[in-house]
Amino acid sequence: MTGATYSASEMMTVAAARALRNDDICFVGIGLPSAACNLARLTHAPRLTLVYESGTLDTKPTVLPLSIGDGELCETALTTVSVPEMFQYWLQGGRISVGFLGGAQIDRFGNLNSTVIGPYDRPKVRLPGSGGATEIATGCRRIYIVMRHNPRAFVEQLAFVTSLGHGVTGGERRAMGLTTEGPALVVTDLCTMTPDSETKEFEVVSLHPGVTREQVRENTGWDVRFAAQVGETPAPDSHELDALRDLNARTARAHGTTGAE
Amino acid sequence: MSEFTTLADAIARFVRSGDRVALEGFTHLIPFAAGHEIIRQRITDLTLVRMTPDLLYDQMIGSGCARRLVFSWGGNPGVGSLHRFRDAVERGWPRPLEIEEHSHSAMAHAYAAGAAGMPCAVFRGYRGSDLAKVNPNIKFITCPFTGEALASVPAHRPDVTIVHAQKADRAGNVLLEGIIGVQKEAVLAARTAIVTVEEIVEHFEGLGTNAVILPSWTVRAVVAVPGGAHPSYAHGYYARDHAFYVAWDAISRDRESFRWWIEEHVMQGRPETFKDRAYAPAASRRT
Repeated sequence: MTGATYSASEMMTVAAARALRNDDICFVGIGLPSAACNLARLTHAPRLTLVYESGTLDTKPTVLPLSIGDGELCETALTTVSVPEMFQYWLQGGRISVGFLGGAQIDRFGNLNSTVIGPYDRPKVRLPGSGGATEIATGCRRIYIVMRHNPRAFVEQLAFVTSLGHGVTGGERRAMGLTTEGPALVVTDLCTMTPDSETKEFEVVSLHPGVTREQVRENTGWDVRFAAQVGETPAPDSHELDALRDLNARTARAHGTTGAE
Repeated sequence: MSEFTTLADAIARFVRSGDRVALEGFTHLIPFAAGHEIIRQRITDLTLVRMTPDLLYDQMIGSGCARRLVFSWGGNPGVGSLHRFRDAVERGWPRPLEIEEHSHSAMAHAYAAGAAGMPCAVFRGYRGSDLAKVNPNIKFITCPFTGEALASVPAHRPDVTIVHAQKADRAGNVLLEGIIGVQKEAVLAARTAIVTVEEIVEHFEGLGTNAVILPSWTVRAVVAVPGGAHPSYAHGYYARDHAFYVAWDAISRDRESFRWWIEEHVMQGRPETFKDRAYAPAASRRT
């Protein structure tokens, strides 16, 4: 079963993986980003360098980790440094080209919330919090975001800004003197989006096969814009699907779980 | 110089109600046995410091040990929420929990500053984040040389830091290997450090010249607790018990099932039981 059928989730992971290049040095989060980064390494970008915040440099896991500090990451790394060193020398030092982030909520400028829903002091839902995200968002040369597309996640107004995207007006990064690029790509299970070069508002640049503009509008909490030219995301090819499914199957066997994303 | 003792003795002598306590270990080498001993001894009003509260602080918070939590990521890795942490923050059960929330980078810098004997950490952080609006311990200062705005947070200076490590030698020196997290910084930042280890050996054998070793004079007490990091792992000894992390979601979701689990496995438990659980083949482990 290759090429013919695939899930929206597989399309999302494949589309995110394609954004990575051989010469990227990538700061990887757990979950969707980890799957995308390792898929890239197993397909078109075998020399892609992966760094995990637990301190592992040049990590080449054979299965996806369940936690950010699995033994697999350390065993397959070039070396493992301490967590303070990771954040000081490697992230703050400006040595990372791409940071992969997700969150509970995103707005039109790629700002992310992974802290709370509702008021901070009396939260309706207490989320895990920043972890590395706050400084990944400003320390990496550019940021790719992977999130499932639904109206609770793609919102007009964030409850809390955990990680800066392009700010509340789109111009905050420059005003703060930031020299890093910020969010450059959003990949969802419906489409891919990039920021307008002037306004920095994210707009849809390609729809995944079978997805309509209406579906994207229904699942976006703001009046979403579409680029002048909206293409169709190329469907996953059999090589990409085989590599992703093999990776997920190996991961499930190793962790004794039913599947991994 | 460190002394060898039992876990019950080390916790009773060195951890007081009201203390600021850091139990560290970044996914790896989390000192679960020591945390359970704190719960068993009904030590309370603690300020718990830890980058990733993980299941251990979920258990301690749900058991009423903590008054305040200083942290940067409070989830069940790869699984979802920490339900006891959320219940305490969202509904004040079993008691209200004050939180001081940071990013990983800030926590790591704060430990390093504590180890260096500095009053605060200075780093490039928190730019554009609302965390600086809700945490009064996040300030911005101006670089006197370049004029750049830099973030500053107070150094971490725990009353007690507790970590788990692979080995101690007979002299009480401690060896850490694998993902070493912030343990060295957390130990050096603390007034008192307690270390649990998988084993005590005569001498460390076959080490390279740059091994991560805590000299015995930086540690107050060393306790052999084989398996003491379960359900996290000890590199070279046993693997992470992923299935337990998954199972914890259901155990901890409900207050009664959580209480039952704590009674059965912590209040009625002993440090010696960790060995069986940690070293059991994955298939035969039970929750």
